[in-house]
Amino acid sequence: MDIDKRTQQLAARLSYIRDIFGPRENASVALLKHRLEEFLGAASGFGMRELQVQVGRLEELFSLLEGKLEGELSPMDRVRIVRHPQRVSLKDILENVYDNYTEIGGQDEWSIDPGMLIARATIARRMGKKTVHQPVMVIGQEKGHGQEFRNGGSIKPWGNANALYYMRVAETENIPIHTYVFTPGAFPVEDYPGAAQQIAKNLYMMAGLKVPMVAVFSEGGSGGAEAIALADKRLMLSHGYYSVISPEGAAAIEGGLKDKATPELIERCAERLRITAEDNLRLGFIDRVIQEPPLGARPDNYEFFRNLRREVIRATDEVVHGAQGLGPLRALAMRRAKAGVDPQDIFVRWSLGSGARDGLVAKRYDKFRAMSRHALHDNRTMGTRLAVGLARGLWQVHSLLRHDIFAKYKRRLSGLLEQWEAELRALGLGVGSLLGRDGAGARLGVPKEALSRLTSLSCPEEGACRAEDAWVYLSPKSREDRTVTCPNAASHGCLDLWAPDLYGEFAGVCAHCGHHFPMEFQWYLYNVFDFANAYEFNAELESGNPLHYEGFDLKLAEAKRATGLGSSCITFETRMEDVAVVVAALVSPFRGGTVGAAEGEKLIRAIERARIKRLPFFMYSHGTAGIRIQEGTCGVIQMPRVTMAVRRYIDAGGLYLVLYDTNSYAGPVASFLGCSPYQFAVRSSNIGFAGPGVIRETTGVSVPPKYHRAFSALSRGHIQGIWDRRDLRKNLHQALLTMGGSNLYYR
Amino acid sequence: MLNVKEMLEELKASPYEEIEVVTPHTGVVQFVGLKTGDRVAGPGGKWNEKPGTTLAALTREKNKKNICATQKGVVTDIAAELEGQFVEAGVRLLTIRHFLSKDEVIARILKKALYLFCAPERAKYYFVPEIDGKIKAGGEQSVKPRDGMEMFIVSRMKRETPLAYTGPEGIIYAVYFQQGDNVDGGQPLIGVCQESQLSLIQDVVNRVQGEWEEQD
Repeated sequence: MDIDKRTQQLAARLSYIRDIFGPRENASVALLKHRLEEFLGAASGFGMRELQVQVGRLEELFSLLEGKLEGELSPMDRVRIVRHPQRVSLKDILENVYDNYTEIGGQDEWSIDPGMLIARATIARRMGKKTVHQPVMVIGQEKGHGQEFRNGGSIKPWGNANALYYMRVAETENIPIHTYVFTPGAFPVEDYPGAAQQIAKNLYMMAGLKVPMVAVFSEGGSGGAEAIALADKRLMLSHGYYSVISPEGAAAIEGGLKDKATPELIERCAERLRITAEDNLRLGFIDRVIQEPPLGARPDNYEFFRNLRREVIRATDEVVHGAQGLGPLRALAMRRAKAGVDPQDIFVRWSLGSGARDGLVAKRYDKFRAMSRHALHDNRTMGTRLAVGLARGLWQVHSLLRHDIFAKYKRRLSGLLEQWEAELRALGLGVGSLLGRDGAGARLGVPKEALSRLTSLSCPEEGACRAEDAWVYLSPKSREDRTVTCPNAASHGCLDLWAPDLYGEFAGVCAHCGHHFPMEFQWYLYNVFDFANAYEFNAELESGNPLHYEGFDLKLAEAKRATGLGSSCITFETRMEDVAVVVAALVSPFRGGTVGAAEGEKLIRAIERARIKRLPFFMYSHGTAGIRIQEGTCGVIQMPRVTMAVRRYIDAGGLYLVLYDTNSYAGPVASFLGCSPYQFAVRSSNIGFAGPGVIRETTGVSVPPKYHRAFSALSRGHIQGIWDRRDLRKNLHQALLTMGGSNLYYR
Repeated sequence: MLNVKEMLEELKASPYEEIEVVTPHTGVVQFVGLKTGDRVAGPGGKWNEKPGTTLAALTREKNKKNICATQKGVVTDIAAELEGQFVEAGVRLLTIRHFLSKDEVIARILKKALYLFCAPERAKYYFVPEIDGKIKAGGEQSVKPRDGMEMFIVSRMKRETPLAYTGPEGIIYAVYFQQGDNVDGGQPLIGVCQESQLSLIQDVVNRVQGEWEEQD
């Protein structure tokens, strides 16, 4: 009986090894197979004692060779490990790491999204003779051991929304959150609340969540992982992977194929993307690696669970200590803990005081701010850097004096005067404005010229008002002598348009149906944002190739040469009518407008500039294909990084407005673009998480032709409005006057 | 009186429709190498989002546009002499012989044999309770509409108004709408035939279902 069971276990171990190593030939695997078969063939001839000896030997051989195979694991083998049905799952962790738990996000298939598991769990810790049960909120993707309804941990938008809801609950209850990332990526459907939008909301919320958060990565697939992983401590299982895209997806893009990529290319991509725990630790995107047994943790590795428990407790303790500081005795205790004392033996209160809660958020921001700084080329001279630092300091002092101290008293005084004015009016005394301002328009910041145009009679004899036709920048397409057909010609009966008309005076808008033909980013920069008189900053920050991705240096150099840009992001300060604004543009001609470390850094600096100077911040997405996959996690980390900067800016009372144009997809939409409360789209643009091809491949469902169109996004509630290209300047100015927080310099 | 049998014979004699592909506007014609007898496909995909086979290209003002097949069929009679020529709008380029499917044949016969009573505006349509009850009890053919008979309730934005049938007397052959669903204006609500022709029509439809050979 005992022997049978042990033999079966050996067979199971062998089949697991063969699953992991795939079709690859391997001498160790062949040896194990041969030995096991040999034993099974001869077993009937052995006596009981001989059997015991033989099985014991075989088990030793298995352990030895598993250790040897561990050293031969390629990145793709690790991907196969985390996707294996025998891989530890969140439920195993809840059973073995926590002392008690209750599922609250649903149960098995009776859940809004069975892939997302949410539980209230407790960890028991000793305090002297007393046992204290510390509550935590556990949130994570449950892959289930082959349970089809879990959808492999690919979370639908409503699953992420549920996770967000319980994060808020944890914040209300002031208990830490432990998240476990077991996802190959989010389920890319746009149905409300929308894959991209919900991930953006999660990131935005987590950026300011005032409770300790610890994330543990097993399978960290891009946006799906980020949806719950913006944490104070990020741990990673040693056999896990954390990547911007699945190796299969990268291979499909790399190969430019419509069909499936070859296994060799997928292996190569897995290697190049630097997805392993070791790589991510080295790059600084995770804090610690939790060692797993050889060939990955499975549900019966109890030692692994003990280790995991110690690590999550230690991580939570560290976060709490980081936020509220250490007492002298506790510091001593921590030193002892480092010397090998089990962290669960030293009690740490996990609920934070109000001061510590704010400190926690600030620390989280600093942590993410410091990531991926090495991953770009900073071509500024030392002098420029010093000057920028100095200017920043001076602006901070200026804003403090002018907007915080002086403006506070000014506001009080004007409030008092307004009150007096109202009192006098109530008494029926006709008084002029005590504030001495000239009319309501001026108080709103409407420029004088516009005010007179709005309030005086028009003069038809001076000719029609054609101010909007005088474009500063004309598209080179308008110099071609040819006609262009509108894509809606069949359904709307649009007539052909002459290119000089269409791309010149009509600003690329079909005169019949209003379809917007794509225009160059320069058209917007000069005609909408007055780039000619703008001050561009940080142009010296250029994209690099931080992972030394094979062949990418060449492509990058080509993109820089063709566009004359250092990255896909242009940041500048300009004026809209009389209001100064900071604008960041993502432009599609540079590597499809993808976002990497340089773009992320430029965006954060632009947002910080807007925050310090109390300026409104516009984000214009001329087109973005997503995160730059060749930068791997250096790219994907920009999602939380930039979102945190946005959150900080909005919390400080700014105006963050996003304008989508042409095609905006994936990571940026699922983070810093999608989290804006004011998102508008230029007509005929497309907005989404994944393109139709990816949706078809991952979900097996085809989407209708206009699924990603701005009007669909508007009716799904993702964006707040659709604007005509020719009205952008007017609409943006209107937005400046009517939207945003109270801490803008002109308010 | 309509001779349904004769119609069927006629359709059998020429079981196809000839679609003349003409130029939508002026331009220089360029064929894509199709030959007489080649098969072409109509628009495809779940939403008809994929255009049909390209038949020719027409270039006007350096703007080259493809002309695609609107129905599947076989190419006959290509005006090859127009290759490279500047043509006016409405000039025939080629003809597609589109073989009729069973559904198309039945639709043609019914179009001629039935009187279709159409929805006057986009709204939800219901039968009045009396007629609804009759249909539920005895089937569609138990109702005999006559001119001026109040048959429907039009429900639009929660306001309900009665609608009377106008047209020849007969019996309902088919109901084309689902009660409670929105029906666009101009879409048929019911098809009415003369009582004497009912069995004839049913017979022909059955024969088409059984005998009509579809050609690809």
